[in-house]
Amino acid sequence: MRFYEYEAKQLLERHRVPLPKRKLVTDADGAAAAAFDLGGPVVLKSQVLSGGRMKAGGVKFAEGAGQAKQAAAEILKLTINGLTPVGVLVEEQRTIAQEYFAAVTYDGRAKRPVIIFSDMGGIDIEEVAEFHPEHLSRTHFSALHPFSDHIAKQAVAAVGVTGNDLTRLTSIVAALVRIFFDYDMTLAEINPIGRLDDGTIVALDAHMDMEAEARRTHAALLQQLGVPESDNRQARPPTPFEIAAAKVDAADTRGVAGNLTEFDGNLGLIIGAGGGSLTLFDAVRAAGGRPANYCEIGGNPSVAKAAALTKLICQQPKVKKIAVMMNVVSNTRVDIVARGVIKGCIEAGFDPAEKIAIFRIPGSWEEDGFQILKKYGVDYVDRSVSMHEAARRAVAKMGKR
Amino acid sequence: MPAMFIRVDVDPAVQANAALCKQLVEVCPVDIFRPDGEGKVATVEENLDECTLCDLCIQAAPGQVQVIKLYAT
Repeated sequence: MRFYEYEAKQLLERHRVPLPKRKLVTDADGAAAAAFDLGGPVVLKSQVLSGGRMKAGGVKFAEGAGQAKQAAAEILKLTINGLTPVGVLVEEQRTIAQEYFAAVTYDGRAKRPVIIFSDMGGIDIEEVAEFHPEHLSRTHFSALHPFSDHIAKQAVAAVGVTGNDLTRLTSIVAALVRIFFDYDMTLAEINPIGRLDDGTIVALDAHMDMEAEARRTHAALLQQLGVPESDNRQARPPTPFEIAAAKVDAADTRGVAGNLTEFDGNLGLIIGAGGGSLTLFDAVRAAGGRPANYCEIGGNPSVAKAAALTKLICQQPKVKKIAVMMNVVSNTRVDIVARGVIKGCIEAGFDPAEKIAIFRIPGSWEEDGFQILKKYGVDYVDRSVSMHEAARRAVAKMGKR
Repeated sequence: MPAMFIRVDVDPAVQANAALCKQLVEVCPVDIFRPDGEGKVATVEENLDECTLCDLCIQAAPGQVQVIKLYAT
């Protein structure tokens, strides 16, 4: 779940990262008052969970209270990528001599956390990586061993930073790593970090994403930040399809059949098993297929639960066929899932033999599962057919797109 | 929707044994059996397809309960 900038800055403040003076406001009068209190020129920033605020006009500068009021009124009316702001962050405006970038995230390929640091902050880091790689460092470290500030120092020094800047930036990057671990972040980023005219270094903007599954662990923190349980913090509001799938999953504690994300394709997916859902989704895409959804099924859901999810997916007008695919399963039973998907198809008014493009779930109780599928004329394959080949066959059955 | 995959046949003689009826209710992990309030047992239609084929009911009442896989016939 993503944090608003003003919340991310509260986390930075807890870890003693220097920040500009600031105040969150929710109306234009509040912005004027905040600008007056802060004194001098201010920057006003839309609080939306979206990038591209500057380009969209969600960041404005003001010389005083009057301008701040006008700017805040404009920002509060502005939707950015379909999102309306929850407020405006009014910050003192500082003169920046140099901008830096720092982020901590997981490197999926290296299977380790990584510090990404650059002395070219304030712009897209991808652009720096592509056109100015000498200005960017990637420093991997262990998620198991205690973190040493020396690693942060290496990350900063790797792009040629020395002297006071090195010392100050090291403590900021080390704090960022601690935030990353303490709050189960998937991303903790400050961009830019600014060195001001007087040599002080402050975090000017921050982007933090916490692992959604960690919400319960950090319930106290979220309460302190004023994040209600109902606030799911997704990149966009959930669609009716996604809401209905979440209800299916919540209605029955047996196993998992949900975590659905809607896409604009025509192939419904019932997928899962130990990362299998991600692999299978990618396999469908690689085969030229257009998924109507991502989802996760596993942990041996009940027949009723598997049927309810299947019925829901089949009922989407855009779904032409569904593909039921998993990695080899051990704790999920093939026969139970087979019963569920066939039942769901029939309850939705479809012939399983027509609607199910392929059923590829090998594993426990597969003999019974295959008997069921055979009886209903469903095309099924065993583990001798790879997940990628199963996905390819499913896409082939979709015909011309 | 009626059960599509599993049928459970209970010998009428079971109904004369209140203790056995109670045991059937207790052993089933997916609540296929329910007490009917008069010391007898009834099957729950909507739960039949949830049967995990664990055979606990068959072990509780050998020869008196049969679990039929409708897809195997």
